[in-house]
This record gives sequence, C-alpha cells and structure tokens, in this order.
Amino acid sequence: MTMEPFRFIGCVELRQALDHRATDERELLDRLEDVPAGSIFYHTHGYFLRHRPITTAYGNDFASWVASQVRDQVLAERLAVINPFEFATLEDLREELMSSVHDHLIRLSTVPRVEFGEAFYFQQSHIVEVPLGPAATTLAEFRDALAAVDTSAIYFHMVEARARLGRRSGDFAEWIRNSLGLPALAERIERIDAYMTSLERVRARVLALVDSALEGAAA
Amino acid sequence: MITIEDYRRVAPPGAVDIVLRLAERMRGRRFLHLSGGRFGGGAAEILQPLVPMLTDLGVDAAWEITGGDPGFYATTTALRAALGGAERLLTDEALDHYVEMNRLNAKKLALEADLVLVHDVQPATLVGHRPAQGRWVWRCHFDCSRPSRRAWTFLRPYVNQFDAAIFSLPKFARRLGIPKYVIAPSIDPLSEKNRELSSREVTQILRALGVAQDKPFLLQVGPFTPAEDPLGVVNAYRLVRKYYNVRLVLAGTVDSERESVETLAELREAAQHDPDIVLLELPPDAHLQINALQRAATIVVQKSVDEGFGLGAAEAMWKGKPVVGGSAGGLPQQIIYDVTGYTVHSVEGAAFRLRHLLNNPELIARMGAAGREHVRRSFLITRHLTDYMALLIHLTR
Repeated sequence: MTMEPFRFIGCVELRQALDHRATDERELLDRLEDVPAGSIFYHTHGYFLRHRPITTAYGNDFASWVASQVRDQVLAERLAVINPFEFATLEDLREELMSSVHDHLIRLSTVPRVEFGEAFYFQQSHIVEVPLGPAATTLAEFRDALAAVDTSAIYFHMVEARARLGRRSGDFAEWIRNSLGLPALAERIERIDAYMTSLERVRARVLALVDSALEGAAA
Repeated sequence: MITIEDYRRVAPPGAVDIVLRLAERMRGRRFLHLSGGRFGGGAAEILQPLVPMLTDLGVDAAWEITGGDPGFYATTTALRAALGGAERLLTDEALDHYVEMNRLNAKKLALEADLVLVHDVQPATLVGHRPAQGRWVWRCHFDCSRPSRRAWTFLRPYVNQFDAAIFSLPKFARRLGIPKYVIAPSIDPLSEKNRELSSREVTQILRALGVAQDKPFLLQVGPFTPAEDPLGVVNAYRLVRKYYNVRLVLAGTVDSERESVETLAELREAAQHDPDIVLLELPPDAHLQINALQRAATIVVQKSVDEGFGLGAAEAMWKGKPVVGGSAGGLPQQIIYDVTGYTVHSVEGAAFRLRHLLNNPELIARMGAAGREHVRRSFLITRHLTDYMALLIHLTR
C-alpha cells in the first residue's frame, strides 16, 4: 500500500459548438452516429455539471430536448432512463442512444419534429483542470476538504474520472482503498448512484459514509 | 473598491477559489480586450467590472478601444445591424474606409498579448494586423446566425483569420473554419443594477419615479421597440386586469428609429386611458432605478419576440422574481420552464401564465428563489471570469 496524499481537482467546462444540429428525430439519429464521442459525453455525463442544482427532470440533453422541444414524451422517457454510468465506453453509450431512437422511429408513420421549439445543437466540451486547496493525507483531512470544495471537484472525481479518464472506481474510492487501506469504505463510495441526483447530494452521501467510518474508528 | 473577495458572499461556494487558482496560472500573461467603446451595453457593460477584476487578480489585463471618424462609426453601426439580419446599404467605399481606419488603429494600439479578445464588429478587422505571437479570438455578443449576405461575405474572411470565435449561444453562430466556443454573458451582482437595496431605498426610488406601491405590479424593462413587444405586454395585462387589480409598469429607453417612435406613441395612448399603465422613459444609465423596479415588482415580464441573449430575465431572477418571457434569443436558456418562470409564445400565453402565478402566490416565492439560485450558478460575472481564464489557459497551453 502506498500513501499518496489526495489532491482535489475542480474543473471548468469549456463548451464548443459543433456544426451539427437536429430539427427532427431522424436527424437526431443521424447526428448521433456522426458526432465525436466527446459530444455524446457532453450531452449525457456533462448534464450533471450543468443542470442538476435546479432540476433532475430528464438525465441527459437528448431526452430533455425531445420532451421540451419535440414534445414526444415516449421517446423522452426511453432516452431519460438510459444511465450513462452503466456503459463501459462512450461508443457503447452512443449505440444504446441510437438504438433507442431507431426502435422508436420504426414504430411511427411520421417522424416527430420541432414545430414551435428550438433545434438541437450538438456541442462538446474541453475540461480545464483546476487543482484546489492543500492535499489531504488522512480521512479526517479528506472529509473537511470535501465538505468545502467546489462542486466541480465532485463532478471531476466522481464523473469525469470514471467516464472519460478510465478510472472506473472514481478517484475517492480509489484513494481510500489504495492509500488509506479502507476497502469496505471504498466499496460503499463506489456504489453511490450518481444518476438522477445532484452533485451536492453525491457530496452529502460521500460525507455521510466518511463520517460513519470516522465515528467507527473513534469508538 | 470592490475586490474578488467581495463576491464570496454572492457566488456559489468554492467559485471564488476556482477564480483565484486559475488566476495563479495566468500571472505574467497578457490578456487584451479590444472593443469599440468604453460605455453603453453589450461588451462595454461587462468589461467595465471584468478588466479591473482581472487586474486585481494579478493578470496583466488591458482594454483598448478603436476610434474613427463619423464615417467609420456609421459603417460599423450599419454593418452590425446587417450582421444581425437587418437590411442596410453597405457600399464598397464605406467598407474600405472602415478597414483603412482600423489599419490606422492598429498602428496606434499595443496589440501584443498572449490572448486578444476582439469584441463585436468595430475592431474586428484589426485581426488583419495581428502580431506573430499570441492567440486571437473574436467575441460575438449578438445573434449572427442570419446575417445579410453582403455583410457576412465581407466579414467572414476576417473572422476566419482568428484562432477561435465565441458566441453566447450555439444557435447564434454561423458555420466557420475555426473552433466556436460558447460562453453565456453574465450580470455583475455587485453593480448598481443588481446590488442589494434596502426596502427604504426601493420605496424612495419608486416614489421619485412616481410608481405607487399600493397594489401588485407587473414589470417589463426594455427598449420601446417592436422586438420587445411592449404592446403585446399591454394586451396581456388587459386580459389579466379582468381578474386582478394590478398595475403594469413599462420602463425603457427610446431611440430615434421610426418603429420605436411609433411604438412609444401607441403606448402613450394606452397609458392615457388607463392610470394603472405606468410608462417610464428612462435614460440608458438608470441602473439604480431599474434595480429598484425589479425588486418591487410582483412578476417580471420579458415578452420579447426578437432578442439577443436578453439578460433582463437573469437580472430579475437575481432579485428573486419569476419571469414570464418570450421564447426568443437566450430567454429559454435563462428561464427554466415551470421552475423559474415560463416561456410563452403569445399574448394569451403570457396572460395565462401571469394569472396562474397571481392565483398561486406560493409559486411566485418558490420560482423566485429557484431563479436566484439558477442565476447564482450560471449567470454571475464570477462564472464569466472563470470561462475567460479557462479559455486563455486552454488556447495557450
């Protein structure tokens, strides 16, 4: 076991507009096939960074657009239920999104389109990492820093690290397991369901698990 | 003097720390803004607080403006309108003169910097004189998606000489050969237009404006032009008035365009026959008055049919007010439907949502609080500052 201090990293999401847009569900399907994987990431995992403090209504930008602009509740529900954290790669996630739209369209005689709403504009993001605060070397220091850190750090370590950087356990669980030697706590943190909740709630759940571990150690 | 630390009490927790960390990485780098002037709305309104904040953070920030003769200003005004989709007469001679004036500007201005942000139209052709070092980015503050063909044919080759462009919304952009970033504009929560006011200050300001506080009032702030649809707001108010004893306050500026003058004449006519329609013709710098009106209003309306980003909605939400807005420009991005207010597509839709809110006062408070939180996280100047610094780091690494 190697003892490495934990350094919190916040992030800033730079949004880039792509030259792809959709005004109906057929175009959505075609563009889903064409856009870079980074755009799939932005409109699914990235949704957590942008929307969650206020509303958790849809879970990704595609479902949100289909519901609010195309007004097709059936496809919106089918897209909303897709949990991006369940997919090992972004290509697997892309495939699932495309197959949901395709299955929906083959049952319809006309393609639902935007009549009074806005087109869907595909984007992608560039993440600029921002190291924050002093490094934590104990579970107590980790707890105090976690309670105060910017929510973008929760996103970076729990979402970006898992989905785009290939650290499937997430950075918190990995450090607690490998540097603090607390596999049971690490496993509980790894099991936190980040889907359909807010980053603040994820923070609160990690804090509750850490507090419980600290109390157990003190008893 | 206001410093970045003052924003801790209004920005989301941790946001100021992100700003400070990014600033540490930008020390020693020069960040130059080029715009057409230091006063008015748009670029100037945001640069006034932003550049001193950057300097306070230890960034070598500078703001230079282009100058010219009356012909230069007339051409850039016409070009800006044409890029926004209006029909304007743009002669080769006038455009050549604009380019020539910026050639002279280039000689006078210190254009060396790590990142140069060129705001809107007036300084745009300076990119033809960019030094060998540094990254140049065009910051377009308006909807450039449907320009007149002549205007775009002229400007496009210049835009493609930049390293990147920034638009306020993806839908405001045109197809370009350079990366297009999306950065929403912001409000300064500590400015005269948005800072906290005591109820005594609000009462005093409203008394000076002649707005009585004896009944709830609906407010729209914006120029008296067809794009803002103040006549549609009057019609919506009349539908609401059948059921609720409310007042309508329309506060705005007037310009000399024919359409604006005609709209104002119709509004005056409407106000003459209804003492509960209050028409306030304000100067462009009536920031404190607008602040007080937004704080005193029951519901804020922003029923634009043609809009840029339209930060009036964010300003009102920052003061804890639900907003009933049109579906144009950036209003759907600001107003989260059924959470912070409603976007509507018609006079009837506006009237229906106003009645719905007046009939459910608990919704007014709940949506107002959600709106303030939404603005805190998405539309404050600290987020804007963060985005610009992150862009500089991203483009110069």
